[in-house]
Amino acid sequence: MSQVQATRKRVLPGFGLTMGFSVLYLSLVVLVPLSALLLNSTGLTWEKFWDVATDVRVLASYKVSFLCAAAAALIDLFLGLLIAWVLVRYEFPGKRIFDAVIDLPFALPTAVAGVALTALYAQNGWIGSLFEPLGWRLAYSQTGITLALMFIGIPFVVRTVQPVLEELDKDEEEVAATLGAGRWRIFCSVIVPELVPPLLTGFALAFARGIGEYGSVVFISGNMPMKTEIAPLLIMSKLEQNDYAGATAVALMLLVISFVLLLVINSIQRWSRRRAV
Amino acid sequence: MKRQWKSGLILGLSLVLTIMLSACGASKGGTQADGSSAAGSKEVELLNVSYDPTRELYEAYNKAFAAHWEKEKGQKVTIKQSHGGSGKQSRSVQDGLDADVVTLALGYDIDALQEKGFVKGWQSKYEHNSAPYTSTIVLLVRKGNPKGIKDWDDLIRGDVQVITPNPKTSGGARWNYLAAWAYALKKNNNDEAKAQQFVQDLYKHVPVLDSGARGATTTFVERGIGDVLIAWENEALLSVKELGADKFDIVYPSISILAEPPVAVVDKVVDKKGTREVADAYLKYLYSEEGQTIAAENYYRPTLESVTAKFKDQFPNLELVTLKDVFGTWKETQQKHFSDKGIFDQIYVPGSS
Repeated sequence: MSQVQATRKRVLPGFGLTMGFSVLYLSLVVLVPLSALLLNSTGLTWEKFWDVATDVRVLASYKVSFLCAAAAALIDLFLGLLIAWVLVRYEFPGKRIFDAVIDLPFALPTAVAGVALTALYAQNGWIGSLFEPLGWRLAYSQTGITLALMFIGIPFVVRTVQPVLEELDKDEEEVAATLGAGRWRIFCSVIVPELVPPLLTGFALAFARGIGEYGSVVFISGNMPMKTEIAPLLIMSKLEQNDYAGATAVALMLLVISFVLLLVINSIQRWSRRRAV
Repeated sequence: MKRQWKSGLILGLSLVLTIMLSACGASKGGTQADGSSAAGSKEVELLNVSYDPTRELYEAYNKAFAAHWEKEKGQKVTIKQSHGGSGKQSRSVQDGLDADVVTLALGYDIDALQEKGFVKGWQSKYEHNSAPYTSTIVLLVRKGNPKGIKDWDDLIRGDVQVITPNPKTSGGARWNYLAAWAYALKKNNNDEAKAQQFVQDLYKHVPVLDSGARGATTTFVERGIGDVLIAWENEALLSVKELGADKFDIVYPSISILAEPPVAVVDKVVDKKGTREVADAYLKYLYSEEGQTIAAENYYRPTLESVTAKFKDQFPNLELVTLKDVFGTWKETQQKHFSDKGIFDQIYVPGSS
């Protein structure tokens, strides 16, 4: 009886008000723009929409966008875990600065990042010139796109993994050690299961960010149709021709595919969390 | 710990949003108030929405025009400038940016405004198709011209890499494409199929398709990629002046296109703001001796003969065809070459090589 009451009465009042605000903000910021997107593409008939959305060049650009975003998010998954691990588990001079630097890709205008990365990875750049003799083209290839997406995606992974890692119970690791588990075993069976949900979240965030990324990629990708052209560039090119409906058609397709993919990642995440508990 | 971070983020985000929303509201109200009060009073404000490379030109011209207008009418005029990609600027005006005049890179971008009812019959309002200054497409090569590039034909040689932006995302790049097409057409006695083959071969030599003209210049100049940059003459002259004549040479091809960046008064906006007279004078003065000199000093080809004569060393003579002669209107050109599944798209369809 008393338990039922406890759940009904909340600690803080004001659910109605806060919920109202949340819905208002969500509508203004997310739902209304998205429905405008839908509305814009209704200027097309279904056949025309399908025609635009499945054009060979558009399909090729989806492939580039999704593959590079996935590759970048996957690499960020491992790099991010490593960085978060170092930041949480070790003390070293300059750690706070290092910690702050992680967020810089959030703050930096992506076009600036794109120009800087291109300067580094181009054939005559500091890094690009080292790889050129080996026959590795970094900028103006899919490698370049992936590099740019890694740059803008890394903070997502670090910032989702870091807090969970900080809250991990040291006792469990010690218990495991006293029971005779080796370091590797402790890492694999005690630490990793706890980290799977935040890692998946970080992956999903970095992946989603990479799919829609425009500014940093246009400079480093070379924009060659069928090879290194990303879907957001095609959207821009349609807008340049005043083809609003066509642009929204491509965008809508992109949105639907991303939504399905993110839904899948979310379900995996929920499933892994339930298993871990 | 995690929750704290998250709620902090949410708080920060909503704060930023509130500020942004209120700022948008405030600025919108501000311009409207300005516009209506400016009409009959002593001071007047104009907004010139232009494309990227005209920034320096209009900075100089605005000062000259303001002095001229004050002397003539005793009215103070301040001119604000907005720069960006030509197509993007046209869309901003369509979406409600209160531009009194537009000075863009392509007639197509003003045609789009006409379709939406913002301007009417703009092309015949001023002399020379409403293009007060012109330019052309030239070839910028590295100092000493190591690959010996003389004309368009050299661009499809096996060892040459060409840098040009994507005509679908860059208005300026459409002139580049059309210049090459005009050359091929002339060389092959107006054989369209051969012209298409030439342009297709040309784009096969392009290793990087930048989205805008400045990006392409950076790729060529800073990154050192490619042997030749297809560029507007004014941009090429500026590159040579800014980066040193010891680094680049300009090659004038045997034939090129007359690039006509057009200007127009935005009728819908000037009628609302009551600025038609001054906006009209602003564009007309571009054709005056002073306006033409400023254009020439900023490397645009003047249309006034007396000024052309003064700057004849800066602008060598070459055969120039106009868009109208070879391609017709912008609408037709856009439809045929640059629209979806147009000729430029076909160049990149698999199996076209």
